[in-house]
Amino acid sequence: MSTRLASGGRFLNRATVQNFVFNGKRLRGFAGDTLASALLANDQMMVARSFKYHRPRGIVAAGPEEPNALFNMGRGARFEPNQRATTTALFEGLECESQNHWPSLEFDIGALNSLAAHVLPAGFYYKTFIHPRAFWKHVFEPIIRHSAGLGKAPQDRDADRYEHLYAFADVLIAGGGIAGLQAACVAGESGARVLLLEQTLHWGGRAVNDGAQIDGAPAQDWIAAALAKLTALPNVTLRLGTTVSGVYDHGYVLANEHVGETTPGDGRPKQRLWRIRAGQIITATGAIERPLSFAGNDVPGVMLAASLRDYLHDYAVSPGDRTVVVTNNDDAYLTAIALKEAGLSVPLIVDARRTLTGPLPQRARDLGIRVEAGWAIAAVKGTRRVTGVSLCMQAGEGGVIEEIACDAVAMSGGWSPVVHLWSHCGGKLLWNPEQAHFHPDPARPPLGADGKGFVRAAGAANGQSQNACADADHAARAALAHLGQTARTDLTLPVLEHPTQAAMAPVWVMPQGANQKLRAKMWLDYQNDVKVSDVQLAAREGYVSVEHTKRYTTLGMATDQGKLSNINGLAVLADSLNEEIPQVGTTTFRPPYTPITLGTLAGEARGEIFQPLRRSPMHEWHSDQGAYFEPVGHWRRPYCYPRGAENHADAVKREVLNTRNALGLLDASTLGKIIVKGPDAGRFLDMLYTGVMSTLPVGKCRYGLMCNENGFLSDDGVVARLDEQTFLCHTTSGGADRIHGWMEDWLQCEWWDWQVFTANLTEQYAQIAVVGPKARTLLERLGGVDVSKEALPFMGWVEGTLGGFPVRIFRISFSGELSYEIAVPAGHGRALWDKLHAEGADLGAMPYGTEALHVMRAEKGFIMIGDETDGTVIPQDLGMSWAISKKKPDYLGKRGQERPHMTDPDRWQLVGLETLDGSVIPDGAYAVAPGSNANGQRHTEGRVTSTYFSPTLGRGIAMGLIRRGPERMGQIVDFPTTTGTTVQARIVDPVFYDKEGAKQNV
Amino acid sequence: MRRYSAFAIAREALRYHQGWERAWRAPEPKSSYDVIIIGGGGHGLATAYYLGRNFGITNIAIIEKGWLGGGNTGRNTTIIRSNYLQDPSAAIYEKSRSLYETLSQDLNYNVMFSPRGVMMLAQTHHEVRGYQRTAHANALQGVATEFISPQRVKELCPILNIDGPRYPVLGALWQARGGTARHDAVAWGYARACSDMGMDILQQCEVTAVRRENGQVTGVDTTRGSINCKKLGIVVAGHSGQVAEMAGFRLPVESLALQALVSEPIKPCMDVVVMANTVHGYMSQSDKGEMVIGGGTDGFNNYTQRGSFHHIEETLRALVETFPMISRLKMLRQWGGIVDMTGDRSPIISRTPLGNCFINCGWGTGGFKAIPGSGWAMAELIANGTPGALAAEFGMDRFRQGRFIDESVAAGVAH
Repeated sequence: MSTRLASGGRFLNRATVQNFVFNGKRLRGFAGDTLASALLANDQMMVARSFKYHRPRGIVAAGPEEPNALFNMGRGARFEPNQRATTTALFEGLECESQNHWPSLEFDIGALNSLAAHVLPAGFYYKTFIHPRAFWKHVFEPIIRHSAGLGKAPQDRDADRYEHLYAFADVLIAGGGIAGLQAACVAGESGARVLLLEQTLHWGGRAVNDGAQIDGAPAQDWIAAALAKLTALPNVTLRLGTTVSGVYDHGYVLANEHVGETTPGDGRPKQRLWRIRAGQIITATGAIERPLSFAGNDVPGVMLAASLRDYLHDYAVSPGDRTVVVTNNDDAYLTAIALKEAGLSVPLIVDARRTLTGPLPQRARDLGIRVEAGWAIAAVKGTRRVTGVSLCMQAGEGGVIEEIACDAVAMSGGWSPVVHLWSHCGGKLLWNPEQAHFHPDPARPPLGADGKGFVRAAGAANGQSQNACADADHAARAALAHLGQTARTDLTLPVLEHPTQAAMAPVWVMPQGANQKLRAKMWLDYQNDVKVSDVQLAAREGYVSVEHTKRYTTLGMATDQGKLSNINGLAVLADSLNEEIPQVGTTTFRPPYTPITLGTLAGEARGEIFQPLRRSPMHEWHSDQGAYFEPVGHWRRPYCYPRGAENHADAVKREVLNTRNALGLLDASTLGKIIVKGPDAGRFLDMLYTGVMSTLPVGKCRYGLMCNENGFLSDDGVVARLDEQTFLCHTTSGGADRIHGWMEDWLQCEWWDWQVFTANLTEQYAQIAVVGPKARTLLERLGGVDVSKEALPFMGWVEGTLGGFPVRIFRISFSGELSYEIAVPAGHGRALWDKLHAEGADLGAMPYGTEALHVMRAEKGFIMIGDETDGTVIPQDLGMSWAISKKKPDYLGKRGQERPHMTDPDRWQLVGLETLDGSVIPDGAYAVAPGSNANGQRHTEGRVTSTYFSPTLGRGIAMGLIRRGPERMGQIVDFPTTTGTTVQARIVDPVFYDKEGAKQNV
Repeated sequence: MRRYSAFAIAREALRYHQGWERAWRAPEPKSSYDVIIIGGGGHGLATAYYLGRNFGITNIAIIEKGWLGGGNTGRNTTIIRSNYLQDPSAAIYEKSRSLYETLSQDLNYNVMFSPRGVMMLAQTHHEVRGYQRTAHANALQGVATEFISPQRVKELCPILNIDGPRYPVLGALWQARGGTARHDAVAWGYARACSDMGMDILQQCEVTAVRRENGQVTGVDTTRGSINCKKLGIVVAGHSGQVAEMAGFRLPVESLALQALVSEPIKPCMDVVVMANTVHGYMSQSDKGEMVIGGGTDGFNNYTQRGSFHHIEETLRALVETFPMISRLKMLRQWGGIVDMTGDRSPIISRTPLGNCFINCGWGTGGFKAIPGSGWAMAELIANGTPGALAAEFGMDRFRQGRFIDESVAAGVAH
């Protein structure tokens, strides 16, 4: 059985017992345990069910490559599926349960799939469930969906929080093993800003458990000394529990730090996302051991040899009392020796190699361990845990020579460098046939903007595990040289010694001539249940590109992303195709290296602040008044201000009528305000707007239209000339940032020699529209500025002190009423707003919202960007040729507007629409014409663009674009609705109210 | 071609599946074909398939420089819908959607078309009006959509947070017969059917030159030799500009990286496809249980097939806010594809300056859903030399004419 040894365990603190719950069972572990080691210490060999066949599965590995031990963890708002036990630190009160089974882990109905495995090979679903057609959605797919998936879906909003941290480093080192530490020492002691990140909670990597010696002493001594040195360096930052997840272009790196994961609810973020910009990146990410492909290699109790050794050394856990070791290399002997030295039984080492030459096999034999060369495992016995193995010759077809009872199998198929970070941004790989692995090709690194490599690999990640110190030293010096920094030359290179290992021999299938029956029991991808026979089937059916094989079989697509399975699968594919492994190639390595929660990636941006929230200076006031807000870009603007029992429609009606009859106040602060300044400002605006702005006198305003290159209307607004070289361009609220970007685009990319500067001052000014017949009265009460018709005529502006406030007053109107827009520095916005309300109370001053604004402008036939325009409308369609200069040689969009389709008289053009029955045409309705087109679609001849109930007129009004509309005044057009009725409307002039402008020009 | 069926699987199971034949043949190139299609993605394969099925033209080579379906066909988020605003778009996407309905049966290959329903959330009043407009347009176009209430949105997708503090859901445009399909299977299914009709699928065969004479294409040079043809179809998505350059003409397209990602798989919790354009994100759950998430395009042109983190971040912020329960799911894998974007974000199915050369490109961020319809229309164009009704408006001279088919109008970012 799997037990905790009485002593040992270098990561354990036996003084602190930690209680946890697995599948309802109360279990105990120690501080320092991972969830995986604690489960093994409690003899939990079977911990999971596989994805497809629901096979019993146990813990295979000790790190992020673990494919099986994934749990539903926590509960309620801290419930998280698919937590990997091998990378989860144990904590007091941890609760978890196994996944993907019903009703229980031990008895799982889904395991019936396993019985039918022979009719469920790779891709079976592409070949069946085709008839009858409706069955896919209603019968087959629901069954597949339900049996797939792993963990349960969380139910609640996440109770934890996550934060992002921005960091900059000259040299970022991923991995705190011997290579990472050595690279950090060289770079750090040379003065570079170094960031060293290690995914586990311990420094030193594999060196200690691999029996390495440095400078003649145990590796642990050198690790401690190196850490002491690095900790003392102010230019070096060290972090444990931080996984480098992805490398992106230009040295951008993401890393994921575990912060408060073991102390839920203590207020700290659960995880912290490091967003790093690094000059050079050194990946010292080590290597991952590969499984061997023999029948039954997925039975609980079959583990990676080095992982088994780790559990023994680090956590004093012995997964079995009798462990058979099976290998194709010398490294696994270290496990056998460690087990033996711990007093455990190792009945046999099965070595697929024919001849064993190294000292390690000899040492094993010296310890009394039986070693059989050229042998293989024919099959593992047992279902829910290993009970024994049957043995055969590797060179044969699986004829059983002997059977041995055991309760664990330690397997080693060689090592694969962790090349993910190297590859994310395009680093290429080389195949090393001796080690049977891919390693980074130094000649083809990921390239930075300077055309040079910005990632370097070091140590085992570079295929240089025996030579890690020197390799890391070299990488660090090369990185410094690239950065133009000088590496210290007075540092001594540590001497690293490993137990001598003889050459490994690649073994991809065990035994070599295994028949189909055995191959159908050899697992490559444990989690996704992909077997050797599946890859061979894919090859047989022509899915021979490695990407096809992957997608057809799902090899390597599980949550471990093929860390254990990819190379073995590739080798089987290459063998099936009679090709060499490097010719087959690898699939693409994609971020993240290990999965990151979406919450971590989203960070603090949640709820109210999930996007930047822009508030006008009067926002609080609106909120206090119970305004109903609508989002406009990142702003939230009052849509209306309902009073008492009013619904929104009633409130809008009141606001419109009050403004038309007395006095309305609008918070127009969100209006875009862009300053355009410089000797060429006028020339620039003449290109930007369809009209002429350069002739605008100082002190005057002019309405202008902006189009894109295709001629389509993109924004509108009033331009005021502040002085000879300065214009203030008002844009729509939603368009301010876009238009500012548009201006800069032209200035920086096309007209870079023009002397113009722009600044977006939208937030620097609060703006209040004072609108209605009593607007002038109110301003006169405040005093300080002459706002008479003569002093401040329509389309003029003045600067002054109004009621003590420094203001700029624009006499412009979007409602057809007498209207002043008052701009004040934002800090005065709220005070002026309050003062206007106080002084205007007896004049009937009331705030109005965006909907009243829209209704009033529609009553006047004023267009609204986004309503009358949609990116396909040119000013000429809107009857706005008057705003287009005929004299200018050019403006943005002019050429576009000359294209044949733009001058087609059949274009849909702006008109007013008056329903015959006074009702309101539904939003978005189309006017139909007789007949259908060649695709069977009804002919249309126009559409409604703005449609409202007009409180002023007491009836529905609308604007719309109708084919040859202005020529068809008085005609009736039909608007079918989506409910099957038809609304009829008469084509009329779009100005419904005060055509003469009498109310505005007072 | 041996037909696929449950019976065939059972029979093969008895012999450890040793008897399955190749899904498509791997022939050597012939010296000449009636039609060469450059591009072995979904659109290219579908073009070949409908040339054979609808026009009896089967002496065809489909030339692919990498592996079949390795471009955007194998990189997208598999959404199928036809709730487009403009008439030409609605026509071709609805044709495509309706072909998807029976594609598994037509190809004898389960492409897993699942009409689970697609909803596009309206989260501003402006968006409400936009989608109401689309619903009106769809009603006249024969596309079954409806504008639904927030309550109905919540019923259809319980994990959706309709009361978010920033952009509460005000309604949605709902297409019940929209859905998803298995993207790889679409390419493989078409490839198998094409191969069965006698067409040659040439993988690992990169076109290096387009040979021309008197304004006509005579053939192509490839890494597997020169091949002659009577007609040429260019269907290469992100690399359209490069192939067109070989053929001596320019295209109004630019190539951008578009990103997507998947979460780790979980048990079923979301039966519909949700697109949220105001906050920039869309999501569905695959049959395997992964949440499939689409992001935006990078703001600069490139061919890297990978993307920056910033778009992923923006998308995930939006989706964690829209679906709060996904916060504790983990991103498994992110990737990118190169999309070819036209000025009006609508495709090009067009004649070219070369009389016997035709091009199909510009599907931008929304090409997967269009594969069958696009192939259908392109086949018609190649066979007849003139576009049929479906492709009539998608000629590239529309940019000279100013006759844009602008879908960004109502669809916002993603389509």
